[in-house]
Amino acid sequence: MTTPLLQVRGLTTRFRTERGTVKAVDNVSFDVAPGETLAIVGESGSGKSVTALSLLRLIPNPPGVIESGEILFEGKDLTKISDAEMRAIRGNRIAMIFQEPMSSLNPVLTVGMQIAEPINVHRGTPWSKAMEAAKALLEKVRIPDAAKRLDTFPHQYSGGMRQRAMIAMALACKPRLIIADEPTTALDVTVQAQILDLLKELTRETQASLILITHDLGVVARYADQVAVMYGGRIVEQAAARDLYKNPRHPYTRGLLSSVPRLDGDTSKRLVPIEGQPPDLSRLPAGCSFAPRCKQASSECLKQQPALRERAPNHLSACILDAIQ
Amino acid sequence: MPSNSVHPPSDELLRVDNLKVHFPVSGGGLFSKTTLSVKAVDGVSFALNRGETLGLVGESGCGKSTTGLAILRMLPLTAGRIHFEGKDITAQDARRGEFRQRMQMVYQDPYGSLNPRMRVRDIIGEPLTVYNRAENRSDYEDRIAGLLKTVGLLPDMADRYPHEFSGGQRQRIGIARALALEPSLLICDEPVSALDVSIQAQVVNVLMDLQDRLGLSYLFVAHDLAVVRHISHRVAVMYLGRIVEIASRDDLYQRPLHPYTQALMSAVPVADPEIERNRPRMVVTGEVPSALKPPPGCRFHPRCPMVMDVCRTVDPVLNEMGDARSVACHLHAQPVHLIRNAVPEAVSA
Ligand SMILES: Nc1ncnc2c1ncn2[C@@H]1O[C@H](COP(=O)(O)OP(=O)(O)O)[C@@H](O)[C@H]1O
Ligand SMILES: Nc1ncnc2c1ncn2[C@@H]1O[C@H](COP(=O)(O)OP(=O)(O)O)[C@@H](O)[C@H]1O
Ligand SMILES: [Mg+2]
Ligand SMILES: [Mg+2]
Repeated sequence: MTTPLLQVRGLTTRFRTERGTVKAVDNVSFDVAPGETLAIVGESGSGKSVTALSLLRLIPNPPGVIESGEILFEGKDLTKISDAEMRAIRGNRIAMIFQEPMSSLNPVLTVGMQIAEPINVHRGTPWSKAMEAAKALLEKVRIPDAAKRLDTFPHQYSGGMRQRAMIAMALACKPRLIIADEPTTALDVTVQAQILDLLKELTRETQASLILITHDLGVVARYADQVAVMYGGRIVEQAAARDLYKNPRHPYTRGLLSSVPRLDGDTSKRLVPIEGQPPDLSRLPAGCSFAPRCKQASSECLKQQPALRERAPNHLSACILDAIQ
Repeated sequence: MPSNSVHPPSDELLRVDNLKVHFPVSGGGLFSKTTLSVKAVDGVSFALNRGETLGLVGESGCGKSTTGLAILRMLPLTAGRIHFEGKDITAQDARRGEFRQRMQMVYQDPYGSLNPRMRVRDIIGEPLTVYNRAENRSDYEDRIAGLLKTVGLLPDMADRYPHEFSGGQRQRIGIARALALEPSLLICDEPVSALDVSIQAQVVNVLMDLQDRLGLSYLFVAHDLAVVRHISHRVAVMYLGRIVEIASRDDLYQRPLHPYTQALMSAVPVADPEIERNRPRMVVTGEVPSALKPPPGCRFHPRCPMVMDVCRTVDPVLNEMGDARSVACHLHAQPVHLIRNAVPEAVSA
């Protein structure tokens, strides 16, 4: 096995709010190998974005704090390095793409300047050269008329083009890891396919690793090598994509797969909803956070928090029933 | 499930003929007097039978919501006629029209669409009060309890306020309210899009059960092709204010004919890596152009991988293909049996 590019161990991030402490990310561990795509999949509020922001140390403090854990990247523990060292990694060795490009693009700067900036800052490349590189990047993400588009502003771009520009910005310094947080959730499906195809192609070409955050099980199936399923701030199942879909082990994963209609599903079969609703992270139950919705839950599940363990080769699941079966 | 009954529902409940809704917008410069118009819906025709679900799909801005609101007569029509339960309701008003007791709407946003200061009882009961449908207090209470049960909620929930409910429950409260006047048609505009994936099935199942029990018809507007396939008997695909293809559910999903339908189907990933690996892909470039200035000829031609010369200048009509399918595409200007072999296979069911 190759050494992982990123190793996350016991990452725990909390927010202190009026309603109490929110355990947004609780004891999360995973690896990302070089060139690999890891999908983090889960419903809204399950802790996906907080996981991503924690990796880049972008958690607003207060109210948030990374309480414990290690984030090992290229031989450094990102939780321990100085702010200056972290700034040198962010946008350089690790890049991020957000769901709403408008919130991360500066409306008063041209797109070209925003792509050139990290090249100038991190690489010390002179501005004129950085702008040339920016143009090449816009061409690479297939923005038509790249030379002209360089000097226009984000609001003159369509939704899909903004996300292309974000990808160009992310790629500017040839990062080893790209974190894309629901990059296409706001886009139409034909544009979603274009953007994700492009992202996949370019990460493959540069051998960068990709953490793809999504709530869409179809997107995971099409683009991911590895999958981590999050529920209530924890990873409940983790496996290679093919393995996860073929042999889902955790009751939540199984529940999700049978509650969502598929384009090729059997339409005579009734959907099986997961009853109840996702947990409130400031009032997590003592035991398994899925237990209140789980059809198989026993009294033991309510008492004891299940550990994420290897239940089959390279297939982790956090369910105490899995050991008994 | 859409019933595979031996006698398919056949009597017509709703007919829409050449519906147009154009929104005037001030165009040009600051002092310009010219008005352009957004051709949000630009010549849409279809029929909906009793007990049937017609899915309406397409990317954002293609005119799905506008079509729904126009049928409910909540928007002025630019052109076209609407027949409902055998009557021409084109000239009727949403507020006064008697038809509005028989045609109700279910909204996308389960948060914004319920008044936070009203108890569930009064939210659901409002239409009963407005139309004086309850005989007395106990009849009113009985009806509320019945409606709550109908959508899978408990009668004692009537005393609570919307914020005490989850998104899925709120959406069911919205459905209960829509059912209060015993309508024959529900226009559902993205009724599950705002819900978490694990919750969507609750609402889909309630709608399908209600149809089985009450024989309701649905115009089911959504952008999620898999949800629409699950719930619909027939499906219409819209692009820039037009229906480009309409067919029975299985015909459309197994053998999409319009290149845009093919592109849509192909863009949606299937939740199975094995299938995804081998699925043929049809990728279209670009994004949907502005409805202010739709392209000449076929509106899809700038993005169409199969574009021909004729497509750039001649607007294709929605052509009857047999099998109750219609397609607006120059590739399919002839009966379907002649071009069957030219059509790529989509995901098979
Ligand atoms: N700035 C914040 N202050 C307080 N709570 C927060 C903050 N950011 C996120 N949270 C909480 O953390 C939890 C996880 O959120 P998030 O990671 O954004 O979920 P996801 O991305 O999976 O939808 C949620 O309960 C959310 O309310
Ligand atoms: N009140 C309005 N005034 C001007 N334009 C509108 C109005 N409502 C909708 N539109 C435009 O009409 C088109 C169709 O919108 P809509 O029916 O909401 O699409 P969909 O529901 O398919 O996303 C869009 O271009 C939209 O911007
Ligand atoms: Mg998020
Ligand atoms: Mg809409």
